[in-house]
Amino acid sequence: MTPVISLQQITKVYGAGETEVQALRGIDLTVNRGDYLAIMGASGSGKSTLMNIIGALDNATSGHYELDGINIDSLDESGLSIVRNRKIGFIFQSFNLIPRTSALANVELPLLYRGVGRRERMTRATAALGAVGLADRTHHEPNELSGGQQQRVAVARALVAEPSLLLADEPTGNLDSKSTSDVLDLLDQMHEQGRTIVMITHEDSVAARADRIITLIDGLISSDRRTMR
Amino acid sequence: MNIIETLRIGLRGIGANRLRSGLTVLGILIGVAAVIILVAVGNGTTQSVTANLESLGTNTLTVRHGTFGQPGAEARTQFTDLTVADAKALMDTDVAPDVKSASPVVTSQSTCSFEGTTHDTSITGTWPSYFEASNSKVSTGSYFGNEDVVSARRNIVIGQTVVDELFGVVDPVGKQIVCNGTPFTVVGVLESKGSSGFNDADDTAIAPLTTVQNHLTGYRSLDSVLVQSASSDAMDAAQSEVYSILDDRHSITDTTARDYQILNQATLLSAVEETTSLLTILLGAVAAISLLVGGIGITNIMLVTVTERTREIGIRKAIGASKGAILGQFLVEATVLSVIGGAAGVLFALIVTRFDVMGITPIVMPASVVAAFGVSVAIGLFFGSYPANRAASLRPIEALRHE
Repeated sequence: MTPVISLQQITKVYGAGETEVQALRGIDLTVNRGDYLAIMGASGSGKSTLMNIIGALDNATSGHYELDGINIDSLDESGLSIVRNRKIGFIFQSFNLIPRTSALANVELPLLYRGVGRRERMTRATAALGAVGLADRTHHEPNELSGGQQQRVAVARALVAEPSLLLADEPTGNLDSKSTSDVLDLLDQMHEQGRTIVMITHEDSVAARADRIITLIDGLISSDRRTMR
Repeated sequence: MNIIETLRIGLRGIGANRLRSGLTVLGILIGVAAVIILVAVGNGTTQSVTANLESLGTNTLTVRHGTFGQPGAEARTQFTDLTVADAKALMDTDVAPDVKSASPVVTSQSTCSFEGTTHDTSITGTWPSYFEASNSKVSTGSYFGNEDVVSARRNIVIGQTVVDELFGVVDPVGKQIVCNGTPFTVVGVLESKGSSGFNDADDTAIAPLTTVQNHLTGYRSLDSVLVQSASSDAMDAAQSEVYSILDDRHSITDTTARDYQILNQATLLSAVEETTSLLTILLGAVAAISLLVGGIGITNIMLVTVTERTREIGIRKAIGASKGAILGQFLVEATVLSVIGGAAGVLFALIVTRFDVMGITPIVMPASVVAAFGVSVAIGLFFGSYPANRAASLRPIEALRHE
């Protein structure tokens, strides 16, 4: 079975000469289908850079990256946008919903860019909002929703396109404890349904929900362990 | 992503910022409306001036007595009078086959009164052929005839302004008016020709030549002779015939020092048309600049929009929007703004041009409507494409980091 993520000797260098910063110094990582992986590390450890490379938002300086069997290194801009659309569902720390646009319109956006017809979009987006428990908030705009509700809309948006990989960047960083457990319960639920999840966090309690935790220090993986769940 | 979806996303962007969108539309509206209105006003001016000149007769030459500052005029010491005999000589069909009629003209500034009301006007003393040559038609009453000239009868035909000033609503035909002490009987009223700027073509009165000479001007030189050519094509031929006859009669050897001058109505008309069409071009150019400014306004607004929505663009790219989708969204926004502005501008201009502007009836040129609207749409595409392209080329990672 092809792994969902296969990283070989990934490096990332910012700047050049005197100001050169080595963010990643050679990462080898394989994530299999159905894995729930947490990436931990102090700020500056390179975890956000790794996240951006995994999410096809940024290119690695060197190394080889395959996502779901697709060679990402060789893709051009339009190829990358197709990969982001079909293979990856993003959940951001700051929710990143489109302002002044209803929850439903936000959720159906990935399907819109994929070229799915209006009727099917409506059905799938409504179902996805129902799955995160926001069936009664479909026509609310982001500024009319609480932080926890906004993040659940973002989860629905990440799920609606049925991606191979769910990528969450500090998904609970801006949430209170009640909303945090709501969102983490949702991710657990997705995991039980067999989804592959990669989550970045610096909180041990959040990382404990995953079944595998890797820790980055100075651009290298320092530990890779399975949790006792 | 089909066109309808792109359109919907673009429209949503416009709706999200109503005030800014409204101001952008206003800029384009003013530009488009200015082009259409100013060109229509220029066009209306041309047509009204031309119509006024044409109402004075188009196939006519005016032979004026004097030199009017021609070069070489100061060399002359002796002026030969322009006489009735000169006018008669111009009607010799053997020597001047292209001259249809020649009417001697004297004018007198007179104060006319009727039952205590007075009005200053200019009385033209001439022959009946003058009516046809100067395109002066009588609307009520009748013209005076040759026998009136022969017998120097005190009959007079007056213009509409004189009627309004002296008579008001009273029918003037058959009434007697007194001009500079001489009583005249009104036999007819001229059809209105309208006014062109300072010149009121209706503030006039026409009487038999002999009568005006007897009572008002005396027997000095004629002021002018109005020559009507056989046709508009024969104007130049008629002009050279008039030159040769009068040069002969006035013993002129040096053609740069004549004691008379010929004004050719056709030449005047084309000169005026040239001037007024220049005016139209000038007005159009001013308006085109305002349209350009409106276009730059669109670029400005779209640039602000792109900067302000950088994060949104990043989000869209992160969830899989292609470069084309982002480009389409911003192009649609810019184009829809300019189409709405253009359409509103056309509508506004069509309403405004229904009213007279400073006494001029604007005449809308369909070409200017099509051009202004077309240019406004093109401006939307052209000026919108730079910001749209910038938005589409943003790297998702940088766009997402933007605060």
